[in-house]
Amino acid sequence: MRPVAIARRFLHTGILACLAVTMSLTAHGDTVLKDATGRNVTVNDASRIVSVGGAVTEILYALGKENNIVGVDTTSLYPRAATGKPSVGYMRQLSAEGVLGLKPSLILAIEGSGTKETLGVLQSAGVPLVVVPDSYTGDGIVEKIRIIARATGAVERGECLAARVRADLDMLGKLETGITKSKRVMFVLSFVSGKAMVSGTKTAADGIIRMAGAENVITSYEGYKQISDEAVIAARPDVVLTMERGGPGPATVTSDAVFAHPAFAATPAAPNRAFLSMEGLYMLGFGPRSAQAARDLAVSLYPELKPKAADTAAAAATCAE
Amino acid sequence: MSGIATAMPPARWGSVWWRSTQGGVMLTALLLLLLLATALIAASIGAAGIPLARLPAALGLWPSHADPSTLARDQLVLWSVRLPRVAITIIIGALLAASGAIMQGLFRNPLADPALVGVSSGGALAAAATIVVGDRLLAAGQTALPFELLPAAAFLGSLATTFILHRIATRENRTSIAVFLLGGLAIAALANAGIGLLVFAADDRQLRDITFWLLGSLGGATWEKVAIVAPFLLGLLIVTPFIARGLDLLVLGEAEAFHMGVEVERLKRLSIVLVSAMTGAAVAFAGVIGFVGIVVPHLLRLIIGPGHRRLLPSSACAGAILLLAADTCARTIAAPAEVPIGVLTAIVGAPFFLVILLRQRSLVGL
Repeated sequence: MRPVAIARRFLHTGILACLAVTMSLTAHGDTVLKDATGRNVTVNDASRIVSVGGAVTEILYALGKENNIVGVDTTSLYPRAATGKPSVGYMRQLSAEGVLGLKPSLILAIEGSGTKETLGVLQSAGVPLVVVPDSYTGDGIVEKIRIIARATGAVERGECLAARVRADLDMLGKLETGITKSKRVMFVLSFVSGKAMVSGTKTAADGIIRMAGAENVITSYEGYKQISDEAVIAARPDVVLTMERGGPGPATVTSDAVFAHPAFAATPAAPNRAFLSMEGLYMLGFGPRSAQAARDLAVSLYPELKPKAADTAAAAATCAE
Repeated sequence: MSGIATAMPPARWGSVWWRSTQGGVMLTALLLLLLLATALIAASIGAAGIPLARLPAALGLWPSHADPSTLARDQLVLWSVRLPRVAITIIIGALLAASGAIMQGLFRNPLADPALVGVSSGGALAAAATIVVGDRLLAAGQTALPFELLPAAAFLGSLATTFILHRIATRENRTSIAVFLLGGLAIAALANAGIGLLVFAADDRQLRDITFWLLGSLGGATWEKVAIVAPFLLGLLIVTPFIARGLDLLVLGEAEAFHMGVEVERLKRLSIVLVSAMTGAAVAFAGVIGFVGIVVPHLLRLIIGPGHRRLLPSSACAGAILLLAADTCARTIAAPAEVPIGVLTAIVGAPFFLVILLRQRSLVGL
């Protein structure tokens, strides 16, 4: 890029000028990739990345790009170090100015980030914006890794990470051949004052339940909704699953509270108090660790798989450069 | 606006006969019968599905021919899930409608409603704060949080709001109703701002909890909760005879009522305490449910006239019917999920309210 061109851009906007400078320093050649919205995005500089979405940030760290991340959203909580990065706010309520103020050369946003208007502004500001597809399946994780790896020019390391996740998934698949009768699981997101908020389909909870070789009892609605007490009985869950949170707040779901409730007490899960709680980010993140999370969940759901799981424990090679 | 008495003419479809003693007895009987019928329907519909044929057996009315495990399940669904819910819905419906009726009498304003003067908002703010901040504050040390924290916070929030309002509106031992109403609007705005701030600070799950809570739900009913709320209804029945005449005379104006022997300040205090306790109890267990308090008393005033001695009990009865019908829809139309009940009451309530407004337009001089 010639100095004259840089000067001209500087006249237009300061932001673009900075971009131009960094571009000339660390450009890795143009890469054109199709993102989740179906647009073709040209990416040529991954030196300053704004990462929106917990899984995106996790993958960037796994790809060794942590020093290029200049901003994250509030759902980027793993690894812990990511929370020290400048925050651009909540993924669904991004502010265009906040993001552009970090002078990013690349914005990686998980599908569902918003608002639409903000994304529109970011696009018209000339910063490459890649919307990373988000589906709650094993293939979805691999796809996520690949697109992020391509966008950041870490294709080799990305392939290594993808292969590792793929291997984890294959092992999970082998493990699940040992399941004789699939269990019916109800994911309870919160339990406030005796009212249960339960996951339907198209959620991360639904995805991980399926990946773990079990069955989500609620398939008649999408997302998380408050469910009627009788529907809990009618759904006949074998296991109640929930996620661990920071501390014992009023909405924290505990085994005692759940089975003290008359509706839950009438389910097949009640007699042996089949209640599982896993760390929220690990279980619902749908990043590189999810295949292992699904295996952990499968082993908890089906204790008979334990010996087999020990045999197939992932000999996860690290994907260093 | 000179008052309810002039604002409510004998409606076209409401005959004066209803206002006679005979008509009153008839109406009470009719309302109770309707309540019973609604309760029966509510008890026989639900996501867990008990066919009508199995219902009497599950209720224990006559011996069952079904196999014991089916019977046990039916009984469990009926006695520990459905009936407590029917009971708590009846009570809360009654409390909401009666609160509305008392507030409208007290403020001599047909638009008064606990939700409008900030009592519900105060409770909602406290509940939202518990959902968001409770998680963080109580993280250390405790193993689990008592379930009652949220209802207790909501109840105290409602009472605190009323207390503050009362202090604002009272000067030299006289409570200004106008200041109470306007102050209530201001406090509601303030509380809503607080809720907005909490929404901003909340994470995804907390956000869902707050939203669903603000829209109201009668889920999670147990007999213990019924036992906690029932005394409030009892309180209403006991207090009604003492405030009914006073509220009637208050329509003429505070000074006039005072000269006719009503201890106006005592009446106001008693009514405010009663309303805030009843609303607080309702908000604590069911969240914010709007419009029952406006629609029901209005409808009944059109039929039986403005006399509170009969308006209060019949409002309570009709409120129970309305909420029970709404809740039965709420928990069945989208089963297994629940439609927030506040949405349903507003869908029925708001158009109804507009119709009343249009009919009365000429009379109220709007």
